[in-house]
Amino acid sequence: MASPARIAALDVGRLRSDFPVLRRELRPGVPLIYLDSAATSQKPRAVLEAMQSFYELHNANIHRGVHRLAEEATEQFEQARAAVARFIGAADPRQIVFTRNTTEAINLVAHSWGRPQLKAGDIILLSEMEHHSNLVPWQMLAAERGVRLEFLPVTDGGELDLAALPRLLDLRPRLVALSHMSNVLGTLNPIGDIIREAHRAGATVLIDGAQAVPHLPVDVTELEADFYAFSAHKMCGPTGIGALYARLDLLESMPPFLGGGDMIKRVELRSFEPNTVPHKFEAGTPAIAEAIGFGAAADYVTAAGREAIHAHEQALAGYAMERLEEVPGVRVFGPPAERRGGVVSFTLEGIHPHDIAQILDGEGVAIRAGHHCAMPLHARLGLPASARASFYLYNTAAEVDTLIHGLYKAKEVFA
Amino acid sequence: MDDLYREQIIDRFKNPRHRGELDPHDYSYEDDNPLCGDRIRIDVRVDGEERVTEASFSGVGCAISQASADLLTESIVGKSLAEVRRISKDDILEMLGIELGPVRLKCALLSLKVLKAGVYGIESVETELT
Repeated sequence: MASPARIAALDVGRLRSDFPVLRRELRPGVPLIYLDSAATSQKPRAVLEAMQSFYELHNANIHRGVHRLAEEATEQFEQARAAVARFIGAADPRQIVFTRNTTEAINLVAHSWGRPQLKAGDIILLSEMEHHSNLVPWQMLAAERGVRLEFLPVTDGGELDLAALPRLLDLRPRLVALSHMSNVLGTLNPIGDIIREAHRAGATVLIDGAQAVPHLPVDVTELEADFYAFSAHKMCGPTGIGALYARLDLLESMPPFLGGGDMIKRVELRSFEPNTVPHKFEAGTPAIAEAIGFGAAADYVTAAGREAIHAHEQALAGYAMERLEEVPGVRVFGPPAERRGGVVSFTLEGIHPHDIAQILDGEGVAIRAGHHCAMPLHARLGLPASARASFYLYNTAAEVDTLIHGLYKAKEVFA
Repeated sequence: MDDLYREQIIDRFKNPRHRGELDPHDYSYEDDNPLCGDRIRIDVRVDGEERVTEASFSGVGCAISQASADLLTESIVGKSLAEVRRISKDDILEMLGIELGPVRLKCALLSLKVLKAGVYGIESVETELT
C-alpha cells in the first residue's frame, strides 16, 4: 500500500455528483444519508449508462451468434471480464468466472472443488467471524461428506486469534476459507500471512473478498490466493453478478458446476464434453448487461483510487467511532480504526437495534440493524443484534454527525 | 416515524404490565424472529370454562415487539380460547395504533404467532391444570 503522502485525497463532492440517488430527499428537507454500503453500494451514472447503452445499442446473446450485435455483445462481455481481472490483479481473464454473487462463487467451489476433493474426516478451517455465505456451503458439504469444520476463534476485540492458527494448521486442513474483511466489525484480516502459513501446511485457500475488494487495493496474484470470491453490487456495480477468481490449474482440473448451454463444447444424447475455462462454469445465458456494468464499476472504482477510498473510509470509521463513544450507552465493537475498513457496529443501551434503525430512518439515515448474516459472530459477542453504519467513497463526516444526532434523538424518544 | 414511537408504545416497552413468567401455566410457547434476534415466550392460565385468567410474556426484543406482547397479553385476560384463536393481525395493529412496514410487522406480530401456536397446542401444550 502506498504511503499516505502518495495517496490523492478523494474529491468526495465530485464523486457524490456521480450518484443520482444521493440527490434524493426522503421527505422534504430530509436528504438521504446512505450508511449501508456494506449491504450494497449505490450505483454511479457511469455504471447505469454502460448497462443502458448495452440494451439500447448492442443487445444480443453472446458466444454463439455470428451477426454484428452478437459479436459486439460478446466482445463487451469479455472486455468486462478483463476489466474485472485487472481490478484484482489476476494474471489472466480466464481466471475470472462470472457468478451471481459471492455466495454463488463460494458454492461453486464447494460443489466443483470440495465435492471431488474432500472425503470423510478431511478438515475445513473457517473462522467465527464468517458471513453465512462462507459457512453454510461448508456446513452442507460437511453434512454430505462427513467433512469436519474447525474454526479460527475471534478475540473479544473482534479480531482473528492468530495465536490459535499454528495449532489449527497442525490439523492439516485441506481448505482454509476466510473473509478478507468482516462485514460486521470491519476487521481487516491479515490474509497475506494466513495464506502463506496455510500453504505451508498444505491447505488450499479461499478468500471471501466481498467486503474488501470494493474498498482497498487487492492483488490476488501477490496474495497467492487459490480462490477469491466477490460481488459487483458492493463495488458500485449491479446486483446479480459476481466473480470467482481461481488459480488456472484448479479451474482446469475442476468438473463443471451447473450443466446446460455455453458450458459445453459438444453434446451427444448420453454425454457431453465440457467447454474450456472459464466457460465450463458458466452454464446458460449469463447476466450480460450486469457483467458489462461490473466492468464499468471496476473501472470507476479504479479511477477513484482504492488507496484513497480506503484512507477516506478509515478516517470516517475513526471519526464515527470517536463520536459514537461520546454518546452515553453506546458500545462499539471491533478493532481500532487503523485495523479496519469503513464499517462500524454498535449497540445503544436499552434500545433495540431495530428501533435505532427506525428512528434514524426518520432522520434520513440508512443503517443496518440485525445480525448482518453473521449469527455465530453475534453469538460470540453475546449479542442478539447490532446496529451497523458502513461507509463508501461518497460518505462525509457531516453524515456521521447526522447519525450521531439521530442517536441522541433515539435516546430522547426512549428517555 | 415518530408515530411509530407513540407514547403508548414507549410506555408499554418501558413499563410492561404483563412481563414475567407464569408457573404453573396451562399454555406456554416460545418462538423467535431470527432476523432481529427477538424472542418471546407467552404463558397463559385458563379457568374451567377455558377462559383466560392470567397471561404474561417474557423475552427480548425491540420496542414494537415488546409493546405488542404486553398489549396482547393484557387484551386476552377474560377471553375464551375460542376468542383468542380469532385474534387477527388487524386487531394487533389496532391495539398498537400504528402502521407498519413489512419488516416491522413481523416484530409486531411475533407475540400473536407465539400465542396462537400455544393455544392451538403446537409442540408445547401443557394441560396439567384445568
